[in-house]
Amino acid sequence: MHPAYSVIFFTTASGAGYGLLFWLSLAQLFGQMPGGRWFGFFAIALALLLITAGLLSSTLHLGRPERAIGAFSQWRSSWLSREGVAAVVTYVPAGLLALFYLFGISSGLAPVLGALAAIGAVATVYCTGMIYGSLRTIRQWNHPLVPYIYLAFAGSTGAILFGFLASLIGAASIGLLIATLFLIGLGTSLKIAYWKAVDADPGQYTREMALGLPQLGKARPLDPPHSTPNFVMREMGYSVARNHAAKLRKIVMACLMIAPVLLVILALLAPLDGLWMLLAVVAAGIGIVTERWLFFAEAEHVSQLFYGAERA
Amino acid sequence: MTSLPEPTSKKLGLVIDLDICVGCQSCATSCKEWNTGGYSAPLSDHDPYGADPSGAWLNRIHSYEFGEGPEAKTVHFPRSCLHCEEPDCVTVCPTGASYKRAEDGIVLVNPDTCIGCKLCSWACPYGAREYDYDDGVMKKCTLCVDRIYNENLPEEDRVPACVRSCPTGARAFGDLGDPDSDVSRSVAEREGFNLLEEFGYKPVNKYLPPRKAQVPTQAPEKQPEQVAAPNGTAIEKLFSWVDKTLS
Repeated sequence: MHPAYSVIFFTTASGAGYGLLFWLSLAQLFGQMPGGRWFGFFAIALALLLITAGLLSSTLHLGRPERAIGAFSQWRSSWLSREGVAAVVTYVPAGLLALFYLFGISSGLAPVLGALAAIGAVATVYCTGMIYGSLRTIRQWNHPLVPYIYLAFAGSTGAILFGFLASLIGAASIGLLIATLFLIGLGTSLKIAYWKAVDADPGQYTREMALGLPQLGKARPLDPPHSTPNFVMREMGYSVARNHAAKLRKIVMACLMIAPVLLVILALLAPLDGLWMLLAVVAAGIGIVTERWLFFAEAEHVSQLFYGAERA
Repeated sequence: MTSLPEPTSKKLGLVIDLDICVGCQSCATSCKEWNTGGYSAPLSDHDPYGADPSGAWLNRIHSYEFGEGPEAKTVHFPRSCLHCEEPDCVTVCPTGASYKRAEDGIVLVNPDTCIGCKLCSWACPYGAREYDYDDGVMKKCTLCVDRIYNENLPEEDRVPACVRSCPTGARAFGDLGDPDSDVSRSVAEREGFNLLEEFGYKPVNKYLPPRKAQVPTQAPEKQPEQVAAPNGTAIEKLFSWVDKTLS
């Protein structure tokens, strides 16, 4: 599948934004928000900024972004529509919570808003994962772990961001950093299990099945229907060389998994925790963008069986 | 609404005979000609006469080879929307622009509400939907919905443009929900099949397989030329003498 930069930026930025919002909401819910009201306000504002930038970027790949409002209508059947609805609904408790912090309002309503914002963040990222996870045409996406990997990496990148923000005011707590390590470990193990599963599966559909003529034996493409690539080949036919993909997977392991773990441990044990957390944010940023790019580039679409692929 | 309608008895679709399709591209070009001026905005082309032409087409004709030696076979293979009974291209649509008509089962895109997110094309295993880069919406086979019910056309023209133009009669249009229709009968007689049956979208369009090749297993033995016995006339003796002298 063609890796569209607007979609990669959208899923990674809004993923980290929802992850950050989730941890901030939990911190609020359990009365563990570090710093005073300004920290709460600016941290939630940053989460909403990342989410908004991601959502705006996602409209860049639309042919008709001016009609995007229609995308909230089909939540009964469409995960994309559900994602849109969940994203908009989550703005309400998150925005109110930010305003509570801004104006220093202490109300019994605040923990309710925190709980709702946390649920909204999880629901939205789950919907994002299911947009891909529900597509049976792409075996690398139609894997049961896909939405949980989206959730785990949103949680880990959000937690790293939270740790960095807290370290800026010297308030990165041990509990938060340990939760961060746990999330990174969870994302890593899910992703490794996912890679093993998709590498072991050669694909259940063959060219002969696509043509419906298995009785004629092996099919060889003779004449293509068009002399240059069409939309279907450009959008669904993108493929990345196997050794190239292997190198990029190593970059994902190094930047999204190993480096943040070492840096968070350094932040726990050594002075200059703000510096280590900043480096963790940079490394995880490179790692998550690479992971998302690969998620698209390694995805094989069944339609390519008509265009020369033997299995999908 | 992009939830699928209740299954209906009428299932309009195409039956494509792979035995007699000659891969002439007539169906593809007549489809392009009709649909670029019909239902939706024109099917845009980019660099159509240049070195790197591309554009939105609703029908694509592949050719494949099967087998080896005298059993080898070339199959021309038209590919377009199959108007499936249970397709995800409809249910994934976030706006309701992609829909299946309850009255005849035709799958259409509403060009006025499509946002061009391309998710429907990702959900189609047949690669049947093509994005129009100029119009910013998805395009697909409409089964010529603006011909088949069009009372301004002579009755013989009220079939999809691809069917009307096929010079070999390899394409037929009809109601595959009616077991007594001509198309359903031909599917029953010729063991018509679904593309990628295993995928489970239940295509309405059917394909008829190539007939078994009529390849002779052995070349006929060569018979020596029969020479007429001489009958002894003068003229024959003369020719015989000429033949001997010259050879």
